[in-house]
Amino acid sequence: MEARLSRYIWTHTRKDQLWILVVVAFSMIPYFLSFDLPKQIVNGPIQGDGFDSPEATQAFLAISFDLPYLGTINLFDGFQLGREGMLLALSLVFLLLVVVNGLFKFYINTFKGRLGERLLRRIRFELVDRVLRFPPTHFKRVKPAEISTMIKDEVEPLGGFTGDAFVSPALLGGQAMTALIFILLQSFWLGLIASVIVAVQAIIIPRMRKRLLVLGRERQLTARELSGRVSEIVDGIGTIRGYDTSNFERADIASRLARIFKIRYDLYQWKFLVKFINNFLAQVTPFLFYSIGGYFALQGRLDIGQLVAVIGAYKDLPGPLKELIDWDQARQDVQVKYAQVVEQFSVDPLLDPKVHAIAATTPEPLSGALAAVNLTVTDDGGVTLLDHVSLQVQPGEAVALKPGGEVLAEAFARLIWPASGRILIGSQDILEMPESVTGRRISYASSDVYVFQGSLGDNLLYGLKHAPLTEVRYEGESAVHRKWELVEAKLAGNPHFDVNSDWIDYRAAGATGPEDLLVKIRPVLDAVLLTNDVMALAVRSTIDPNRNAAFAAGIVEMRGALRQRLEKEKLSDLVVFFEPGSYNIEATIGENLLFGTITDQVMWDGALEGHPFFKTVLQRVGLRDVFYEMGLEIAENVVELFRDLPPDHPFFQQLTFMTAEEIPVYEALLQKVRGRARADVAEDDQVKIIRLCFGYIEPRHRFGLLTDELMAKIVAARREFDEGLPADLAGMIEHYRPNRYIASGSIIDNVLFGRIGHKHADGSEKIRAIVRDLFEAVGLYNDVLAFGFDFNVGAGGKRLTAGQRQKLDLARALIRICDFYIFNQPLLALDQRVQEQVIRNVFALLRQDGRNPAIVWVVANPAVMELFDRVAVFENGRLLRDDDTEVGANEGPDYKEMAS
Amino acid sequence: MLLKDEVEMLRRITLFSGLPPAKLKLLAFTSDRVMYSAGEALFYQGDIGDAAYVILSGKADVLVTTAGGPLKLAEVEQNSIVGEIAILCNTPRTATVRTTTPLEALRIRKDDFLKLLADFPEMAVEIMRVLADRLSQTTAELTEARSRNERMEA
Repeated sequence: MEARLSRYIWTHTRKDQLWILVVVAFSMIPYFLSFDLPKQIVNGPIQGDGFDSPEATQAFLAISFDLPYLGTINLFDGFQLGREGMLLALSLVFLLLVVVNGLFKFYINTFKGRLGERLLRRIRFELVDRVLRFPPTHFKRVKPAEISTMIKDEVEPLGGFTGDAFVSPALLGGQAMTALIFILLQSFWLGLIASVIVAVQAIIIPRMRKRLLVLGRERQLTARELSGRVSEIVDGIGTIRGYDTSNFERADIASRLARIFKIRYDLYQWKFLVKFINNFLAQVTPFLFYSIGGYFALQGRLDIGQLVAVIGAYKDLPGPLKELIDWDQARQDVQVKYAQVVEQFSVDPLLDPKVHAIAATTPEPLSGALAAVNLTVTDDGGVTLLDHVSLQVQPGEAVALKPGGEVLAEAFARLIWPASGRILIGSQDILEMPESVTGRRISYASSDVYVFQGSLGDNLLYGLKHAPLTEVRYEGESAVHRKWELVEAKLAGNPHFDVNSDWIDYRAAGATGPEDLLVKIRPVLDAVLLTNDVMALAVRSTIDPNRNAAFAAGIVEMRGALRQRLEKEKLSDLVVFFEPGSYNIEATIGENLLFGTITDQVMWDGALEGHPFFKTVLQRVGLRDVFYEMGLEIAENVVELFRDLPPDHPFFQQLTFMTAEEIPVYEALLQKVRGRARADVAEDDQVKIIRLCFGYIEPRHRFGLLTDELMAKIVAARREFDEGLPADLAGMIEHYRPNRYIASGSIIDNVLFGRIGHKHADGSEKIRAIVRDLFEAVGLYNDVLAFGFDFNVGAGGKRLTAGQRQKLDLARALIRICDFYIFNQPLLALDQRVQEQVIRNVFALLRQDGRNPAIVWVVANPAVMELFDRVAVFENGRLLRDDDTEVGANEGPDYKEMAS
Repeated sequence: MLLKDEVEMLRRITLFSGLPPAKLKLLAFTSDRVMYSAGEALFYQGDIGDAAYVILSGKADVLVTTAGGPLKLAEVEQNSIVGEIAILCNTPRTATVRTTTPLEALRIRKDDFLKLLADFPEMAVEIMRVLADRLSQTTAELTEARSRNERMEA
């Protein structure tokens, strides 16, 4: 990128800048005409110049030139108009000029704006493009938040400046020069005084502003660092809280803010000092005119008319001059910003753009071996991580790298670059090959996973999105928009790739299209043991039964099948089903009373407090007293349990009855009502106590409050809530119906139509397995799985567990059909037992259907060594051994070491 | 079994016997009651430990995997706690625990357990004592096994 902003702007907007200069020059004509016109109107029709008799007329719009040698040429004699007619005609011309001037201004401003925005788009894209091409080492030195601040905020003023970069100095400089020359012509000495003051302004002010620029740069740097620190706090919040260093962070932020404040206040002071001096210099000139000019006039050495003319002309000088100085200030300011940013993004060596060239065609399979040749890798501090390692992986070979081989795996994945030596495929250097080959024929997965925000499915298919493969057909308005997009992209130097196109390369996954993609994904998910996780996410999601009517109906049908299945396997106590006529011991009292769920919690709370329906119904069915006593008991228990705990104690997460803040409230309430009959307790307080009951589940809370008699009473009261519910409460409760999908419940809730019993330790695991089996049997499995793909994984995949993220990363590598798979301890978050299982599954998956890709796996577990053709052992960055002696031998050195 | 019965049960375990009843009740409340049928595993050797188990009723075997197949190390029953080592030092489970009769247990999650230890240092001391006891017992057994070995070799 160009080192100077003006150069950068000129290179990319030359044509537009010239055009706008021409337009500005043309706009001067009506502008000056409109200056002259008022004088004509006043002198002519109003004061009567040239209208000596009432019938006198003058020519309007006469066009004639006085040319040297040729004399006067008359092109148009004009209309002869009387005094009133002339007044009206000239006034209309004035109006016309006002409109024309306005239009010129409008056009120029929008043109400049567009120019600026385009340049901003160009520069932002160019910076992101550079980020994509940074060498790997650079990412260790930069903070993501700082980079994004630079791209987002710091370059923004550049756009605003672009439109004025060349037009303003030309225009304002012209105006200032005109005024100065006029003054010089009127009086040489006064003109000289004005020139000297202007020169002083032009020299001193920019010098003073140098300090402003230094401060401005500091402000920019400190602000950028602040944003870097803030993002560090967000990323490292676990560590900060874990080590009680939050106050250290507070101190750090406070001291940074103090520094920023100091810089900003300094800046502020300087700015207004400069402004003061600037204004003073501008005002001191008239003083000199009055005093010196006046003295000359008194002495008779200067014509009074000239003095007045000079003072009049001077009025036009400070304006443009001030703007010009402001422009220069803005120029220096953005130049500093630009230089700062460019410096940060001028990294050597950047990846060659050719390496990133887009390729819609599928590359040929790699036929050569993947080889490290005399490879040395060092880290930032110059420590040797790999020391002259040479290792060849033939196509189809499986090589285990013992721990210490991580660096080699990363080098194979181009995540670190060699300090010396090379990595070759066949005879080609891997770093010089286009990524459309290396990024598609080689897959890499490690435990350092990055998951993008979005759906699980998007992340799973991320490794297939290399190029826009379909031409999207746009019609109507969107076609116009797409055309505009293309033109603008070209003008701003952006690529024209259509993000709406289908980027998924189905063939790279061995599928032919979206239809059979799932068929290819299933075995991969099964291999990395992610299927159950995806299913678990899927069955916990809520869906809209109206939009997925057929699916919802299928789920409702499954309820019966599930019961039969459980009965057959003698597992009926696994699930306690919702029965209209019996109490469900695993559900809350509230659920049992309503035989449904509350869909609007706010409305429910309000209704419980104020609606007469609840009061009367509870009274009528004789539950009010019971619930009151029960609520008291719950409150006593909860207050006793949680009274001493600080409000942020993690145990409060298990408390469903009340929040930590409510504990003291209930404690006080208990003091108040203890020993008093319910009738003596205020209505509000009664509700507060009664509401606690609704969340009670006997087997979970185990306070021993539920008797058979009470359960029967609650079931009997159901009908009141079902049939007697007043219309204004109708939308608040969704009743359970054996033949209807519960819209507010998850898929699994709908299949079970009950609650999982607590009698089995891994009851939910068991029931999930049975439900999965049933999905398969009724042919809904893939539908459910697809709902799982819609699961939003959150920022950085934080809604998944570390293990799930690693499995996802491995799956997204395995979906791609490649020649080399490099796995760098991809499953560190999982148990050894599961790791081993996955490794075996992956080998089976990659070796089926006649496929035989090379596999490089960094793995320590001796139990899986038999899967590999060769084992490479590293020590202190050197390749110690690379042979097959260890393969199949159970009594390898590592095993002995472990056994001892 | 109600919360108060569980509290009674917890009091009979050496590890918890020194704690005030209110804290035991809290521990019981935050834990899950789980049931196993005979032959089920509470956890497997090598898994990441996420909970300790207080056995309320029933029996289970503690097994380790060796080259010669599973080896029974001990039997645990009512009023004992298993699985606390893995959640204390974050290592994989050192043994598999498999029920031999239907078993009811209180499952104490790792986070809750550690939080309790942090809140009540006397409990940490108690745990140290129990672990030290076990260590000396293991050492004694090891010495005995070694001397027996030597006698046999001699």
